[in-house]
Amino acid sequence: MRFSEAWLREWVNPPVDTQRLADQLSMAGLEVDAVEPAAPVFSGVRVGHVLSIEPHPDAAKLRVCSVDVGEDAPLQIICGAANVAADMKVPVATIGASLPGNFKIKRAKLRGVESFGMICSASELGLAESSDGILPLPADAPLGEDFRAWLALDDQCIEVDLTPDRGDCLGLAGLAREVAVINRVPLMPTAIKPIEPVSDERFSVQLLAPEACPRYVCRVIRGIDPSATTPLWMRERLRRGGIRAISPVVDVTNYVLLELGQPMHGFDLAKLAGEIRVRMATEGETLALLNGEQATLRADTLVIADAERAVALAGIMGGAESGVGAETRDILLESAFFAPLAVSGKARSYGLHTDSSHRFERGVDPELQVRAIERATRLLLDIVGGEPGPVCEVSAAEHLPRPTPLPLRAERVARILGLQLPNETIEDILERLGMAIERREDGWQVTPPSARFDLVQEVDLIADIGRIHGYDLIPVSHASSASATQSDSETRFELDRARLALVDRGFQEVITYSFVSPEIQELVEPGVETLKLANPISAELSVMRTSLWPGLLQTAVYNQARQMERVRIFESGLRFRFGPEGLTQTPGIAGLVVGDRLPEQWDQKGQGVDFFDLKADVEALLTQTGASASFRFVPAEHPALHPGQTARIERDGQPVGLIGMLHPALAAQLDLTGNVFLFELDLAPLTPGVLPHYGKISRYPGIRRDLAILIDQGVSYEAVEQCIRSVASDLLRELILFDVYTGQNIETGRKSLALGLILQSSSQTLTDEVIDATVGRILERLTSELDARLRD
Amino acid sequence: MAEQTALGIQSLQEAAIDAITQAADATALDQVRVRYLGKSGELTALLKQLGTLPPAERPAAGQAINQAKNVVQQAIETRKSALEQTALAARLAAERIDVTLPGRGQMPGGLHPVTRALRRIERLFANAGFAVVEGPEVEDAYHNFAALNIPEHHPARAMHDTFYFDAERLLRTHTSPVQIRVMEEQAPPLKVIAPGRVYRCDSDLTHTPMFHQVEGLLVDEQVSFADLKGVLYDFLTNFFERDLKLRFRPSYFPFTEPSAEVDIQCVMCDGDGCRVCKQTGWLEVLGCGMVYPEVFRHVGIDPERHLGYAFGMGVERLAMLRYGIDDIRLNFDNDLRYLRQFR
Repeated sequence: MRFSEAWLREWVNPPVDTQRLADQLSMAGLEVDAVEPAAPVFSGVRVGHVLSIEPHPDAAKLRVCSVDVGEDAPLQIICGAANVAADMKVPVATIGASLPGNFKIKRAKLRGVESFGMICSASELGLAESSDGILPLPADAPLGEDFRAWLALDDQCIEVDLTPDRGDCLGLAGLAREVAVINRVPLMPTAIKPIEPVSDERFSVQLLAPEACPRYVCRVIRGIDPSATTPLWMRERLRRGGIRAISPVVDVTNYVLLELGQPMHGFDLAKLAGEIRVRMATEGETLALLNGEQATLRADTLVIADAERAVALAGIMGGAESGVGAETRDILLESAFFAPLAVSGKARSYGLHTDSSHRFERGVDPELQVRAIERATRLLLDIVGGEPGPVCEVSAAEHLPRPTPLPLRAERVARILGLQLPNETIEDILERLGMAIERREDGWQVTPPSARFDLVQEVDLIADIGRIHGYDLIPVSHASSASATQSDSETRFELDRARLALVDRGFQEVITYSFVSPEIQELVEPGVETLKLANPISAELSVMRTSLWPGLLQTAVYNQARQMERVRIFESGLRFRFGPEGLTQTPGIAGLVVGDRLPEQWDQKGQGVDFFDLKADVEALLTQTGASASFRFVPAEHPALHPGQTARIERDGQPVGLIGMLHPALAAQLDLTGNVFLFELDLAPLTPGVLPHYGKISRYPGIRRDLAILIDQGVSYEAVEQCIRSVASDLLRELILFDVYTGQNIETGRKSLALGLILQSSSQTLTDEVIDATVGRILERLTSELDARLRD
Repeated sequence: MAEQTALGIQSLQEAAIDAITQAADATALDQVRVRYLGKSGELTALLKQLGTLPPAERPAAGQAINQAKNVVQQAIETRKSALEQTALAARLAAERIDVTLPGRGQMPGGLHPVTRALRRIERLFANAGFAVVEGPEVEDAYHNFAALNIPEHHPARAMHDTFYFDAERLLRTHTSPVQIRVMEEQAPPLKVIAPGRVYRCDSDLTHTPMFHQVEGLLVDEQVSFADLKGVLYDFLTNFFERDLKLRFRPSYFPFTEPSAEVDIQCVMCDGDGCRVCKQTGWLEVLGCGMVYPEVFRHVGIDPERHLGYAFGMGVERLAMLRYGIDDIRLNFDNDLRYLRQFR
């Protein structure tokens, strides 16, 4: 809602300046978004009177005007506008004037003829975006008067961004009441007197959907002057309210909309057949709208119809055919109350949003319609004349919102606000807000004004009391509510700690959109069902990710394209997948590495990361569970990964994640340079972890024995390790793999593993005999089970 | 004879001292030791010859030989220690490095600035006894809207620019539905915050279709708007680590009443007016209010007995103010040159 400050001050004029007024509105919950001057800076412009015009001797398009600006002699001014005419009142920038953009008016010669000023258009004065010719002023404009002062252009346009509950302030009248309440100054509303009908012509109205439209008020006005124009003062107020002037009838209805908050509509009476029927549309009915569009209506939509067809979308927009046009002589003015629920969402459903629908959706005062039509009639008669008929009002009282008295308990006010207000203060605030109050034992019974759709419960009244009293006067209490220690499982996997562990291992956290492009989704997880947005921002962001990898891959691509070849990133967040139970939203953490293992440095040549670098990072995360031993890396395949370098991470046989090298074909397709390694872990199966349990430290020395064995390449290290542990679990304190070798001196198809065994007993110092026997048993088992041989 | 012996000892000692002085390293020095003091060393040999002297001369000669041995021994020790010192000094000199060369190994990465701000928010509220809770991001219309007193076609619903999947499912537009889920599952007293991703179908210079919020909810028997002012005052001054002016501006949220928007004195210009605060001196950072009775009724909490407050804040907004970031979209470009600034 945008309005002229000067106009507001005609209704209420508190002794505060513009800035203070704006602050007051904001602090009363009517947030001021902008305060802008009504006109840009200019000076030296006066009301002039064109006495005569002569053609310019040397220029076909220029005229030489003689203009009286109230001085001793008229001024000679050259003007190029086509609409300049003798006996016209016009704004004249005299010598020395300064126009917007710091444009100084000087004595000038145009094609040899002297000019002592400039006749201005509205756009030259910053009063319009564009103009067609100079700005004609009304005949009664005071000759010689300063134009700025005469139009009161030293005014401010105040823009308030109203919350949807405050439909009552979508008119100057409502805002003025608030200002009066805040400042404790009287409200000086425009007097609205009933207009005596000149004819007794009534128009029949049928309310066929009374719950949607419980009140419809209209009036016939015949014989208006189609050549009349909207006076400048009204056009100015509309302009300062952000509304474009169109024609007198439309302008008057818009003026009343701004002033009182009542949306109105003018029909061309000649184009209405028989009567007004306020009814629901029939499914598929069509209506050509004022904006030039053709609407196909649904049965849930309220329309204004005549005896034959729909003529307006009720409360949203009029129809093109029945609208007031340049030829219109007889009109039917409409001022109705449409129930918010009947209008809500309808404009939007037809792709519309109008000043009218905006107000009806939020609630228009159901008691306003007659006053508004009287006000509009007065303005219309003044501008276009005509013969008004009587006000025709049809209401369905049972469907009109009735002011409901609300209980208000003094104790509740204090309890909710945390502030003990004297009863007199509470009563004073309520009364100033226009509420009817009755004393009760524990407080009051309060009836809000009909315009206040937002006051439906006791707490709404309490909020209003707090608001008017001032939120800043409510104390700041530090008496925080009692808080018991929160329960917190120690074996819960802590995402925060996992993040920090990765950061410490050189990873940068990223946050990518949860929706990704279907293309990359399909590349990474081909054939996996996805959840698709019905109204995505773009196709690039249209399916919910089923994995964190698409986002990580795109981030790697983005950064490699910007000369950052070494990327170590991770992200945590939800993945959206379909399981047997429907959609699941499971938290995960995933990482990507590509490029050198370490940042480039002076000491060692760069070495590309490999599977085992990333595996160590993943193991570091798994270590946090305290249950490292329950995790296994099992050879696996995944469409996005290298078939020979992929592992499924399992916990006690259940999959918890994946790790592997990005398939080289996919890397090439994505334009990624270098071998890319990825992991992803589900967070849920990492909980619970295992609580540490103390075990005694042996007092006896540990003995290390190294073994080098030859074994088939196909035998996994995991098998070797299990085999050794199964033999020597009681004495084997630690098993260290310190070399893996294939190549020269090793039979093809075999590999050499060098193992360090640290043996230690908790009850004695191990003797050579015991150690030799143990190592012997281990070798024996390795040979028999895995066909291993001791390397010479 | 005695004099001869004495002379011999004397010259032997001098020769030994000479040799010791000339020994260039530990090995040479040891050779000198063996030559004079070893089992068959020259001074040792003299001692062995004592028996050939007349008994009367023996004590004096023995004494002289022992004295010479001591002198030589002493000289060897001194020389040895000097040689060691020299060797150590040489080693130290050889091992001198350029300590200004960069360290070697992995360098830490960093958290995303939004996470950084989130952790800070979570920690501050944890200190005040708020527990962290989470909720789904794909929500149903009931939890995102209806339960929060935002009926269908309510203007507030239109203002949310919602991403839909179908008639029922949507991406949550705020973290407020977590309030509902918590109250459905737990009985008061409640004291929780719910951080997380939220989504709005809006993308321009100052909006990204995904961002983060933190919702707060406290439900108890004695809770007032004054308490809400207190907790937010404490949070904001602690978050920005400065004593800030705060302004609670009446506003409207369908799920709270009274409702307020909280402005802080602009942290960029200290309230003087700048580009960031659009010359107003104030920055809107939070929405809050007292839980609306209708919301309590939806989850079966008696609004006569229990009161509550709720608040919600945009994490990107706070992070941007805290770290001086001027473009929200940077947060989701994930340019490493940007992210690395928040290590």
